[in-house]
Amino acid sequence: MSARVDDGMAAVSEWFDGRSDAALLLVLAVGLYALFTGVSLVLGYDLGGIVNTLRRITFLSAIYAMLVLALNLQWGYTGLFNLGVAGFMAVGVYTMGMLSTAPTTNPPGLGLPLPIGILGGVIAAALVGAVASLPALRLRGDYLAIVTLAFSEIVRLTYRSPVFETFSVAGLSLGTGGSTGMSLPTNPIRILFYENSQEVTSPPSAFGEAVFGTFEAIGVRAPVVEGTAYAIVLLFVVAGVYALLRRVGNSPFGRVLKAIREDETVAGALGKDTRLFKVKVFALGCGLMGLAAILWRIGGLASTADFRPITTFYVFVALIIGGAGSNTGSVVGGAVFASLLFEGPNFVRRVVTQYVDIGIGQTPSTIFEAVGPLASLDVTPLLAYTISDVNVSALRLVLLGVVLIYLIQNRPEGLLGHRTETAASVDLSERPGGEDR
Amino acid sequence: MATDTETNTLVAFVRERAVLIALGLFVALLVADLFRKLGTGALTAASLAGFVKDGTVLGLSLGLAGIGLAMTYSILNFANFAHGDYITVGGVVGWITAFLVTGLGSFEAQPLVLLRASSRTLGISVTTAPVAIFLGLVVSVVVTAGLALLIDRIVFRPMRGQRGIALLIASVGVALAVRYLLVFTLQTGPRGLTAGQATPSWDLPVGGGSVTITAHEATLAVLAVALMIGTHVLLRYTTFGTAMRAMADNEDLAQVSGIPTERVIRTTWLLGAGLTGAAGFLIALERGALTMSFGWQLLLLVFAAVILGGIGSVYGAMVGGLVIGLASRLSLVWLPESFIIAAAFVVMIVMLLVRPQGLLGGVTTV
Amino acid sequence: MTTTAPDSDDAPADESAATTDADADAPLLQVRELEKSFGGITAVDGATFEVERGTITGLIGPNGAGKSTTFDLVTGVQTPDSGQVVFDGTDITGWRPHQAANRGLVRTFQIARELDEMTVLENAMLAPRGQVGENLWRAVLPGVRKEVVRQEEQLREQAWETLEFLELDHLAEEYAGALSGGQRKLLELARVLMIEPEMILLDEPLAGVNPTLEEKLLDRLHSLRDDGYTFLLVEHDMDVIMNHCEPVIVLHQGEVLVEGSPEQVKNDDRVLEAYLGGEV
Ligand SMILES: Nc1ncnc2c1ncn2[C@@H]1O[C@H](COP(=O)(O)OP(=O)(O)OP(=O)(O)O)[C@@H](O)[C@H]1O
Ligand SMILES: [Mg+2]
Repeated sequence: MSARVDDGMAAVSEWFDGRSDAALLLVLAVGLYALFTGVSLVLGYDLGGIVNTLRRITFLSAIYAMLVLALNLQWGYTGLFNLGVAGFMAVGVYTMGMLSTAPTTNPPGLGLPLPIGILGGVIAAALVGAVASLPALRLRGDYLAIVTLAFSEIVRLTYRSPVFETFSVAGLSLGTGGSTGMSLPTNPIRILFYENSQEVTSPPSAFGEAVFGTFEAIGVRAPVVEGTAYAIVLLFVVAGVYALLRRVGNSPFGRVLKAIREDETVAGALGKDTRLFKVKVFALGCGLMGLAAILWRIGGLASTADFRPITTFYVFVALIIGGAGSNTGSVVGGAVFASLLFEGPNFVRRVVTQYVDIGIGQTPSTIFEAVGPLASLDVTPLLAYTISDVNVSALRLVLLGVVLIYLIQNRPEGLLGHRTETAASVDLSERPGGEDR
Repeated sequence: MATDTETNTLVAFVRERAVLIALGLFVALLVADLFRKLGTGALTAASLAGFVKDGTVLGLSLGLAGIGLAMTYSILNFANFAHGDYITVGGVVGWITAFLVTGLGSFEAQPLVLLRASSRTLGISVTTAPVAIFLGLVVSVVVTAGLALLIDRIVFRPMRGQRGIALLIASVGVALAVRYLLVFTLQTGPRGLTAGQATPSWDLPVGGGSVTITAHEATLAVLAVALMIGTHVLLRYTTFGTAMRAMADNEDLAQVSGIPTERVIRTTWLLGAGLTGAAGFLIALERGALTMSFGWQLLLLVFAAVILGGIGSVYGAMVGGLVIGLASRLSLVWLPESFIIAAAFVVMIVMLLVRPQGLLGGVTTV
Repeated sequence: MTTTAPDSDDAPADESAATTDADADAPLLQVRELEKSFGGITAVDGATFEVERGTITGLIGPNGAGKSTTFDLVTGVQTPDSGQVVFDGTDITGWRPHQAANRGLVRTFQIARELDEMTVLENAMLAPRGQVGENLWRAVLPGVRKEVVRQEEQLREQAWETLEFLELDHLAEEYAGALSGGQRKLLELARVLMIEPEMILLDEPLAGVNPTLEEKLLDRLHSLRDDGYTFLLVEHDMDVIMNHCEPVIVLHQGEVLVEGSPEQVKNDDRVLEAYLGGEV
C-alpha cells in the first residue's frame, strides 16, 4: 500500500518534471476543478452550487498558496524553521482590523481607509517578524521552532486577553474584542458591485445590478458572484506573490539565502552578513503571511481561534506536500492541501451521506453504539458515527498527522522539492564564448 | 597596545553580559517592588503564599512531565512535539482505569470508559479510593510506555540518524494523530474526575489569611519528588544510566564502544514515557478534570521547563519546571490572569537568549 | 586603535590589492599574543607572527598545533580569549567573519565545506563581493534590476573561467554535494578566488588534489602573488612548503616555534623535535 502510494507520487512528480511551471499549474488547476465539479454533480448541486464549490476551493487554495510561498522563503530557502506562522498572521489581521474598522463598531477601530489598514497590517507583521527574528538569529533549529511557537502563542494570548478587549491610546479607543473576536471591514471586492461598499445594506451599483441580474438568471446568486470575483482577484495576488518570490529566489539575494540554509559559517566566511539576511527574510516572509491572513479573514471575523498553532501546522503540511525549496511546489502544495486534505473530507462526508441512508437522528453518539452493531455485521452505525460532522473534523486531523509522517519518512522532498530553481538572475548554463551546452 | 587589549576585553566582557546584567537589575527591581507591595498592603502575605504554592505545584507538574522529554531529547536529539499528547494519553487511560475500578458493578460500564460518569457520584479522591488511584497510576505508566514504544517502532525508528528537524516534523504528525484519535473515540469536552467534597484539605495560616492545600496537591508534590529522586538514582547508579549518559554525550562513540544503542533507546522511551504517563495521571488528579488536549496545552510549558534546565538534564527539568511554574504564578502580582502563560513563555525566550545552554547546562547532571 | 567594527560592510570590490594605507611596507597581517582554549585544551597559546604583503607564507606544525584554530581566530569564525589581529593597519580582533572577508581577508576550510544543495556554479557565484543583487530591493524591483542582471552576466563569465581553470567546468551544473573530496577542495579554492580579496588563508588546499593539477595550482598561486595577492598557506607536504613558501612559520602547541626561510626552518633542531618528539 505504502509502496504503491510512493510509486504514485514518484510518477506524478516525474511527470511534472518534464513540464514547464505554467503548464504544470494549469494542469493542476484543471484537474482540481474537474474533480470538484464532478463531486458537485454527484451531490446534485445546481450551477450556483458548483460555482460556489469551485469558489471555495479557489479561495482556500489561493490563501494557502500565499502562506506556503511565504514560509518557503523562510524555511525552504533559508532553512529558518518558523513555527510561529499563525502568530504573524494574527498580527496582520488584528492590526488591519484595529486600523480600519469603524470607531462605532464594537470593538472600535480607528476607521482609517482600508488600503492604509492593509498596508499597516502587512508592515506590522513584517516588523514583528523582524523583532521576533532577533532572538532567532542565535538559536539552532529546534530551539528556533520552540521559540517561534511560543512567540505566536504570546501574540494569540495577548489578542485574546480581556485587557485589550477595548482600550484607549491617546484618547482614541481601540480593541481586539478579546475572546469574542472583532468584526473586520467589509470585503473590498464589494466596491465593484455596491454603491457604498462599506455598508452591508447598501444597494448594488448599476454595474452590480447588471452582473447580479445576469448571473441570477442562470442560478448563481449575488453572494456567490461576489465571492467568485474575490477568488479570482486572489489568484492574481498569488501570481504577484509568486513572481515576487521567484525573483527573490533567483537572484544573488536568494543565493545567499540558500547558502545560509546549507552552511551559515561558509556564507559568513564568504563575506555575507548572514544575520542581516535572516532579519530581512523574516520580515518579508512574515509580512506576506500577514497579507495572506488579511485577505483570508477580511469581510468576516478576526478570532484568536483561527490563529492557534494548528494553522501553522497546516501551512507546514502544505509546504512539505509541495516540496520545500520550490516556489512552484509551494503553490502546488497550497492548492493540493487546501482542496484535497482540508476540504476533501467534508466532500467525502457529503457524498457518503448522500448515498448511505443513515436516517435522521440515527447517528450514534458514542463509539460503543457505533462499534457494537459490528457484531451483527452492521457497519452503518460505525459509518454514520465516522462521518458525523465533529468526527470528520477529528479524522481529518488524524489524516493530516499520518500524511505528515508518511511524507517525512518516504518523500521529504515532496512533489517538487527536488527541482532545481537556480539562484541567479541569469541563465547560468550560458557559457561565455558561445560555447553553450 | 597592551592597555588597548585590556580595555577591549573589558568592553567585550561587559558587552557579552549586558543582557545578563540588565536582567539581574530587572529581577532585583521586581523583588524590591514585591516588598513594597507587601509593605503597603497592596499584596497580602496570604495571597503571595497562595501564588507560591500554586507555582510550586505547577512547577512540580512541569518538572515531572519534563523528565521524559529531557531524556528522549538528549538521546535522540529532537524536540518531541508528541510529548504533550503522551501526557494526555497517560491521564486518559489512568482515569478510565480509576473510574472502572471505582464504579464497575454499581454503574454502567460505557459512561465509565468514556469518562462521562458523574465525578460527584463516583466520589473519587486519594482518601476515598486509594486503590483505584494507585491502579490508575500503574496503568497510565504501562500504557503510555507501551504506546511510546509502538510509535517509536513505526515512526521514529525508521528515521534514526536523520536531522532533528525531520524527526520534529514527524513528531508533530504523531501528536495530531494521537490527539485526534482520542477525540474520535472519546469526543471532546472537559471531564470531571475527582469529587471536591471528598478531598481533604488543610488551611495553613499565613500572615492575616491562610493558604489551602488539598490532598491532591500534596499527593502530586510528594509523588513528583519521589519519582524524580527515583529517576535520578536509577540514572546515576545503574549500567543503563551510564550507557544513556554516554549516548547523550556522543552516540557514535557509544556505539563503537559496544553500547547496545537500540536497547538504550528502547529503555529510554519506556522510562521516559512511563514517567510522562504518570505525570499526566497526577496532573489530572490535582486539577480534578481533563480534556483531550490538556497535554498539548502543557507542552510548551514543559518545553520551557526542559530548555530552562538545560536539555537532557533531569535535575534541570525539575529546576526549570519550578522556575517556570513560579514565574507564571508570581506574574499574577503584576499582570492580569490572562497573561500568566505568556509570562512563562517570555521567561523561556529570555532564558534562551541569555543562557542557551540552560540553567544547569554545560554539565550533564542527569 | 579600537575594535569598533566598520560602519559599512559594503567595501567596494575593486579595493583589493590597492594599498590604501600610507605605509605600504608594513606587514599586511599582524597577529599578536593570540590565545584560545576549549575547556581544558589550549589550542592557541600566545601565537605572534606577521605576514608581509605579496608573499606566500607557509604555516606548518604537527597535527593539533593550532593552525586551523589560528585561522578561525584571524578570520573571526571564533573569538580569541585574548590577543589582537591587525589587518592592513586595522584592528580586526573580534570582527565577524563577513566583516573580515569584506575587508579583503578570506580563508578556506580544512575540511571542505561545500554548500551541498547548490550547484557548483551557484557556489562560485555566491562568493564575489559587492554584488548589487544581494540587496533585496535591487534584486526584485523592475527598474533597478537591470544592473543586477548585467553584473550577473559578468560574474557568470568570471565563474566559468575560474571553474575552467580549476578543471571543474564539466561539473558546473552538478550539485556540490556530488563532488569528490579533491573536487570539493578545488571548489573551495574557486570560491575564494572569485572573491578577489587581498589575502587568502589556505588550510591544506592541496590535500586530495592530483599532482598535475597541484603543480598548476601552485603556479597560479605564484602568478596571483605577482599580481599583489598575499597567501598564508597551511600544508603538511614539506616539498610544497620548501619549494613554494617564503618565509615559513612553525607553530607548535599554539605558539610560534620558529620563523624563517625554508632552509632555516628545515635545519632547525627544534622543528625536528616538535615533529618527532611530541612533547618538547
Ligand atoms: N572546537 C573545538 N573544541 C575543542 N577542542 C578543539 C576545537 N577546535 C580545536 N580543538 C583542539 O585544539 C587543538 C588545535 O586544533 P587545530 O585544529 O587548530 O590544529 P591544527 O594545527 O589545524 O591540526 P591539523 O594539522 O591536524 O589540522 C587540538 O588539540 C584540537 O583538538
Ligand atoms: Mg588544521
